[in-house]
Amino acid sequence: MLEPITISIIVFVLSCFIGYHVIWGVTPALHTPLMAVTNAISGIVIVGAILVTGMVDFAELETMHAAPLFYAKIVGFIAVVLASINIFGGFVVTRRMLAMFRKKAKTTNTAKGKK
Amino acid sequence: MSDFQAQLAPYLTADIFALVYLFAGILFTLGLKGLANPETARSGNMRAMVGMAIAIGVTLINPAVVSYIWVFAAMGIGAIIGISMALKVSMTSMPQLVAILHSFVGLAAVLVAAGLGLLHVAEGQHDYVLLTEVFVGAFIGAVTFTGSIIAFGKLQGVFRSAPISFTGQHFLNFLLFIAMVGFGIDFIMTFDFMSFTIMCVLALILGVTLIIPIGGADMPVVVSMLNSYSGWAAAATGFTLNNTLLIITGALVGSSGAILSYIMCKAMNRSFISVILGGFGADADEQSDRAAAAQKGIKEAAAEDASFMMSGAGRVIIVPGYGMAVAQAQHAIKEVYETLTSKGVEVKFAIHPVAGRMPGHMNVLLAEADVPYDAVFELEDINNDFSTTDVVYVVGANDVVNPDAKDDPSSPLYGMPILHAYKAQTVFVNKRSMNTGYAGVENSLFFRDNTYLVFGDAKEVAEKLAAVLKD
Repeated sequence: MLEPITISIIVFVLSCFIGYHVIWGVTPALHTPLMAVTNAISGIVIVGAILVTGMVDFAELETMHAAPLFYAKIVGFIAVVLASINIFGGFVVTRRMLAMFRKKAKTTNTAKGKK
Repeated sequence: MSDFQAQLAPYLTADIFALVYLFAGILFTLGLKGLANPETARSGNMRAMVGMAIAIGVTLINPAVVSYIWVFAAMGIGAIIGISMALKVSMTSMPQLVAILHSFVGLAAVLVAAGLGLLHVAEGQHDYVLLTEVFVGAFIGAVTFTGSIIAFGKLQGVFRSAPISFTGQHFLNFLLFIAMVGFGIDFIMTFDFMSFTIMCVLALILGVTLIIPIGGADMPVVVSMLNSYSGWAAAATGFTLNNTLLIITGALVGSSGAILSYIMCKAMNRSFISVILGGFGADADEQSDRAAAAQKGIKEAAAEDASFMMSGAGRVIIVPGYGMAVAQAQHAIKEVYETLTSKGVEVKFAIHPVAGRMPGHMNVLLAEADVPYDAVFELEDINNDFSTTDVVYVVGANDVVNPDAKDDPSSPLYGMPILHAYKAQTVFVNKRSMNTGYAGVENSLFFRDNTYLVFGDAKEVAEKLAAVLKD
């Protein structure tokens, strides 16, 4: 059985290679949407934030008077808000930008395409 | 909630979660891959959204999650803020939005690291590996957070975008870094949360001091670099949680930002280190003799002259720069494009990689104005066309068309790849004034025989051009 940190390192290094190859394939015209969508997916820290917030039950807090748990919940809550802003904001703005990219209308003279 | 979870519980092993997260990670990768082409980009974004929905859904049914109200409330608040920001933001201010979103990832990473540390304290365990991961996650997150806030402020014009430098700056940064690592190690060894807090504060200060010396011209690099940092911060959080999806995503985002930084540095012929150390664009006094000697004469032209030349031309190339974004001139430029095209003139757009304040900024603005993307070309695809072009129209671009970058070794821009606008038969440069560009460097293009300057606001001039062309 491998140590968890070893597995993490393997996943990390291989993912960097995948990222390297995928990103070089992105057309420069879409570099701004690329940044916006990476903003959105880095909101994945929400997974950690949900775990931190959700792991603590308030009923439990009252009996235990555990200050660290209380702080953890507050901190997790704010982290979920921030990560959600990234996720929703990032995806929506990427969508908005990508919707604007259109090809030359060869046949008809821009009949549609205006919002 | 617990009923549902109890029923599912036997199936919800860590391995199942890991496999579902892997699936989400694959969807993210395919989402980024979709951006290879504007045609596939939309469905790519969709795939990434599905991946995110799956990742969040599976996290919510994790048996470790026992309390939901706060989670849903937080997600609701975030969704409202995020969506309204995304719908309201103008395409011109896209760099600011991206910068502020980087800062949120950074802060979220700090908070998650802190939260995990606190949970760890409450459990009374002392795991050195975990605490090290908490330290690294918090440190990268904190630097990303304040660094992005500064970048946002510079882009938004809240702070002066000129570099702020003082003697001993880099030494101060070094001291801050050492102190921060010191407190970090103390936190890992003694488990003292005070050390963690001090470490975070130092990292927050470091984020500020690292970005303030970097000038506006280097903003595309800074934004890309912070993009990269936000990815590494997410990956570090993944190490803390042993969550492969966070690691995969963090690595994807981190390498994306790193590659963009590399492309931007290359496009400015600057080393990454020199950008980080900053100070560029501060001193305009180091002017080359040549540019100073050329001061003797510029030729001015009216918008009418430019439109007359353009309507008689066979091929026209438009070179947009940050000035177009500032003046919101993209829609007027599109009118010029359309009118000329309808008259049978071949019109292309030439984009330098560092035009604007972030990678791809000009492309988005032109797309917003409904300019088809197949009329928009990148530097290496269009540079050979300038010599056979009749008229080049430069809108609010400066350094990226400065011939000194090619010919004058004494120019601070020397070595930077430029658009060969000067090779065209006639060049019209629309400028607001005779000020130097963002890099504070004199542009010898303006003094060439085939160059005419059209003074005025980019939008007004383009509107006048379009109006005259239509008659």
